[in-house]
Amino acid sequence: MSILPVTEADLHAYVDGRLPSARKADIEAYLAAHPDDAGRLQDYAAQNAALHALFDPVLEEPVPPRLAAPPPRSWQWQSLAAGLAIAILGGGAGWGLRGVVSQEARLEQDSARLAYKQSVSGLAHQAAIAHVVYSPDVRRPVEIGAEQEGQLVAWLSKRLGSDIRPPRLGKLGYELIGGRLLPGARGPVAQFMYHDRTGQRLTLYVSNEQAHNRDTGFRFTTEGPVNVFYWIDGKFGYALSAGIDKGELARVASAVYEQLEKPA
Amino acid sequence: MRTLPPEAGEQMLACIPRLRRYARALAGDRADADDLVQDTVERGWAQLAAWQPGSDMRAWMFSIMHNVRIDQRRRRNVPTEPLDDETPQPFVPERASAGLELRDLDAALRLLPEEHREILLLVGLEEMRYEDVALTLRIPVGTVMSRLSRAREKLRALMEGRAPVVALKVVK
Repeated sequence: MSILPVTEADLHAYVDGRLPSARKADIEAYLAAHPDDAGRLQDYAAQNAALHALFDPVLEEPVPPRLAAPPPRSWQWQSLAAGLAIAILGGGAGWGLRGVVSQEARLEQDSARLAYKQSVSGLAHQAAIAHVVYSPDVRRPVEIGAEQEGQLVAWLSKRLGSDIRPPRLGKLGYELIGGRLLPGARGPVAQFMYHDRTGQRLTLYVSNEQAHNRDTGFRFTTEGPVNVFYWIDGKFGYALSAGIDKGELARVASAVYEQLEKPA
Repeated sequence: MRTLPPEAGEQMLACIPRLRRYARALAGDRADADDLVQDTVERGWAQLAAWQPGSDMRAWMFSIMHNVRIDQRRRRNVPTEPLDDETPQPFVPERASAGLELRDLDAALRLLPEEHREILLLVGLEEMRYEDVALTLRIPVGTVMSRLSRAREKLRALMEGRAPVVALKVVK
């Protein structure tokens, strides 16, 4: 008989031809002594063959033109943007913003106002990079998923030292995917990710390190293919990013703002 | 600066026939299946920048299809709770519908919970390695094996016209 005990997984691997040849002999010896299992495995092999018989003809069908359509133009942009974000991160510039806001900043004479402006637009820039880096991720777009929202809220609130919770955007067609913790300019910040039914993803970046503590109204900026609405509310900075048009993003931003103002 | 090899798009398009075969087996209906493939390919284009050149394009596209499918099921009008291995199964009396023939494989597949059907298809039809199935569905290999075992046993019971009774024994 066999040296290693025969497991259920071994039997399936035998059916699927995934066993090393040395092990195959063990299983064959086992099956010779266990006709019930041998019969069961025959049925499983017949299932595999029947699946091929039933569905392999689909491989031979001509592919409908709508499925083999050329890529939408936007994918080139996303590819560029992702490359750019990686280059910035990889280049050691971290979450810095100097290069991007300097043109606007040079027009400013007052150094205090300059620092303030940098921190405000830096928020949008950091949020846009975080959006571009994480939103295309298929397997790990978030660290904690919406199914564990309680844990997500508790964890982010603890790490940021403030009550942080994701707004509900279901009425606007966006469901929470989950969230993650990110490094901000001085400490941790939070990112919540949502998607609509087409898979369009939207991220809300929340920081509580706005030292200037001065409120702003809504501001809008475009970072490559990403549109960003952002605003400061006391020590909190919020930035909502997505590759959707300004009008729709504004609608979502208003809903987020309202919910944050009037917590449920 | 990372650039995407120009053949990435071609590799993606080359997956379409297999995606269609899998979608047809998964969704049953031809139009639903091709809608699923179309959504998958669209999302594939949108996310192609995140694909690691040199990695398995097929596994990547199948995982996108898995996500698209989850999203599709999530947005059904009636709120549903996905079946999993822990969900109690409704009691089905033996030969509840004596006249109903379950010998047709396609009909039997429709009676399996989706999480069993997808594993059965990825292993039996797509002939993926168990590790790749685990990556595609984002579940541990141990879960792949236990679901595969349940799925095959349920399908066997259905094909024999029995109510699918899950009775697993540990083979020693």
